[in-house]
Amino acid sequence: MPRNKRLKIKSWAKKEGSAYGFLTMYALAFIIFIVLPVLAAFFLSFTSFDTLQFPTFNGIKNYIILLTQDEVFMQYILPNTIKFAVIVGPGGYLLSFGLAWVLAQLPKLSRTVFALILYSPSMTSGVAMSVVWMITFSGDQNGYLNNFLMNANLIAEPIQWLQSPQYLMTIMMIVTLWSSMGVGFLAMLAGILDINPEIYEAGYLDGVKNRLQEIIYITIPSMKPQMLFGAVMAIVGTFQAGAIGVMLSGSNPTPQYAGSLIVNHIEDYGFLRYEMGYAAAASVVLLLLVYVFSKIAIRLFTEKD
Amino acid sequence: MKKRKTKRFASLTNARINPKGFHPSQIKFYVLLTPLAFIMLLPIVFIFSHAFKPLDELFAYPPKFLVSNPTLQNFIDLFARMGNSGVPVTRYLFNSILITAITVFMTIIVSTTAAFALSKKRFKLKNTLFMVNTVALMFVPIAVSIPRFLIIQNIGLMDTFLVHIVPGLAMPVGLFLLKQFMDQIPDSVIEAAQMDGANDVQIYWRIILPMIKPAIATIAILAFQASWNNADTSSMYISSESLKTFAFYLSTLTSTTSGNTVAGQGLQAASSLIMFLPNIIIFVFLQNQVMNTMSHSGIK
Repeated sequence: MPRNKRLKIKSWAKKEGSAYGFLTMYALAFIIFIVLPVLAAFFLSFTSFDTLQFPTFNGIKNYIILLTQDEVFMQYILPNTIKFAVIVGPGGYLLSFGLAWVLAQLPKLSRTVFALILYSPSMTSGVAMSVVWMITFSGDQNGYLNNFLMNANLIAEPIQWLQSPQYLMTIMMIVTLWSSMGVGFLAMLAGILDINPEIYEAGYLDGVKNRLQEIIYITIPSMKPQMLFGAVMAIVGTFQAGAIGVMLSGSNPTPQYAGSLIVNHIEDYGFLRYEMGYAAAASVVLLLLVYVFSKIAIRLFTEKD
Repeated sequence: MKKRKTKRFASLTNARINPKGFHPSQIKFYVLLTPLAFIMLLPIVFIFSHAFKPLDELFAYPPKFLVSNPTLQNFIDLFARMGNSGVPVTRYLFNSILITAITVFMTIIVSTTAAFALSKKRFKLKNTLFMVNTVALMFVPIAVSIPRFLIIQNIGLMDTFLVHIVPGLAMPVGLFLLKQFMDQIPDSVIEAAQMDGANDVQIYWRIILPMIKPAIATIAILAFQASWNNADTSSMYISSESLKTFAFYLSTLTSTTSGNTVAGQGLQAASSLIMFLPNIIIFVFLQNQVMNTMSHSGIK
C-alpha cells in the first residue's frame, strides 16, 4: 500500500510536478505581495490597530464609522472618488478607443508616429511630470497658464490653481486624462487592426450604411476581448491615479479635501495617524469599488455563448 | 445600384481600417489628430527644452516655453551635486539603473516560467490559477499599501536592496499577456520536441522563449516603467540614503517643502529629462513587438 502511494506521488510528480515547479517563483511572489496583503487588509478592517499593540477585534465598527461618522469621507472623499472615477474612467476609456479607431484609419508610418505621441504621456512617471505641472499651474504670474491668461486679458490677478479647491479637481482630471492612453489603448489599437477585412465587406453587403454603424455592429463586437482588457486597465488606472491630487497640491489632505480620493484617505489614516484598522476598512471599500466596476465591464463585454 | 456598390468597394481599399497608403478620406483624421498630438506633446517638449535652459531663462519673466541659449550647465550641476547626507547624485542614478536592470530580468524569468506552465502544461489547477491571475488584473497595489508595509516589515525586507525588486516580481498583467501570447504556439511544436527527447526545461529555454520574444519585450517595458519610475519604495521602505533611487531623489527636489529652491529648479529640469528619456527610447525600439503582443491581449 505505501509502495502504491509512493508510486502515485511519483507519477504525479512526473505528470504535474514540473508544471508546479515552473509556477513556484511567480506563485510565491503573488501570494506574499498580492494575496496576503488583500487578506490582511480584510482581516485588519475588523480590528483596531495602531501598529504598536497587537490588533484587537472590534467587529464592523470601522465600517460603521466610515459610513456614518466620518464626515470627511462621506462629504468629500467618496463623492470626489466617484466623480473622479466616473469622468476619468469612462472618459479615458472612450478617448482611448476613439483615438485607437482614428489611428487605425491611417497608414502604418503615420499611425506609429501618432501612437507613440499619444502613448508617451502614460509612460512618464508622476515624479517626472510633477515638475511640468507645477510650473504650468504655478500660482504666481510666472506660471504658464496664469501668464497666458493674463496676456490674453482673461484674468487680472494670477490664480492659485493648485491650492484652490474649485480648480484642483478639474486639473487632476485633465492631467489624468492626458496620460490615460496606456496599455489598454495599445491593446484596443491592436484589436482594431486585427479584425479581418472580409468581415467589413460582408457587413457592408448586409446593409451597414456608415462608419458609425460599422463601429457599433462590426468593430466593437469583433474585438470584445480587447475592449474588456482596455476597460479593466482603465478602471485600475483610474483608482490607482489617486496620488495625483496630493502630488499636485503638495499636501495630504489636499486643500479643503478638494482633491482627496480614497487612496489619500487610506494613507492619511494609515501612515499619518496610524489607525491601521480604519485605513484597512477604507482599503477594502476601494478594492470592492474596483471589483464592482470591473464586473460591470465584464458583463458588458463578455461573449455570450 | 450596381454602380454604387462598386464605388463603395473601390473606396474600401485605402479608406478603411489599416490602409496601405494615403487616401483623401484620411485627411479629416489628420486634421483631428495633428492639433491633439501637438497638445499631448507640449509637456514632453517642455521637459526637453527646460532641461537645457540657463538659470536666467528658468526664471525669465514672462516665462519662456522654449530654450533660446541651450546649455548643459544643469546636468553638470546635477552630477557634481551631493544629495542628502553626502550621497552623490550619481549614486542614486547607479542604484536606479542596477535595480531596474535586475527587476526587468527577474520579472521576465518569473513570469515566463509561470506563463509556460499555465499555457503549455496540463495540470488540475491550471484554469483556476489563470482565473485567479485574471481577477488580480483588477488589483490596485496602492489600496493595500498598509498590509504590504506590515508584511515587508515582518519578513525583514526593510531597508534592504531586495525590497526594490521582490515586491513587484508578480505582475498579473505581465503573466496575462505572456500566457495569451504563448497560447498561439501550436502544441505540435512542443510534442515534436518531446519526441526528440527534450525535457521541460529545454523546451522552455530553447523553444518557447525564442518564440515569444515580442511578448517578452512588452513585459520588459512594463517592468521597466514600474521599476524606473518608482519613488515610493525608497520613501516608504528605505532609510539608508545610499540605497535610494533616482526617482526618489527627483521627488525630494520637487517637494514643495524642502527642494523648491532657486538652485533646485535647474536640477529638477535636468533630472526630469533623465527620468523621462529612457522610457521613450526603450518604447521606440520595442514598439513593433509591443503591438504584436497586444493583438493577443483580449480577456475571453
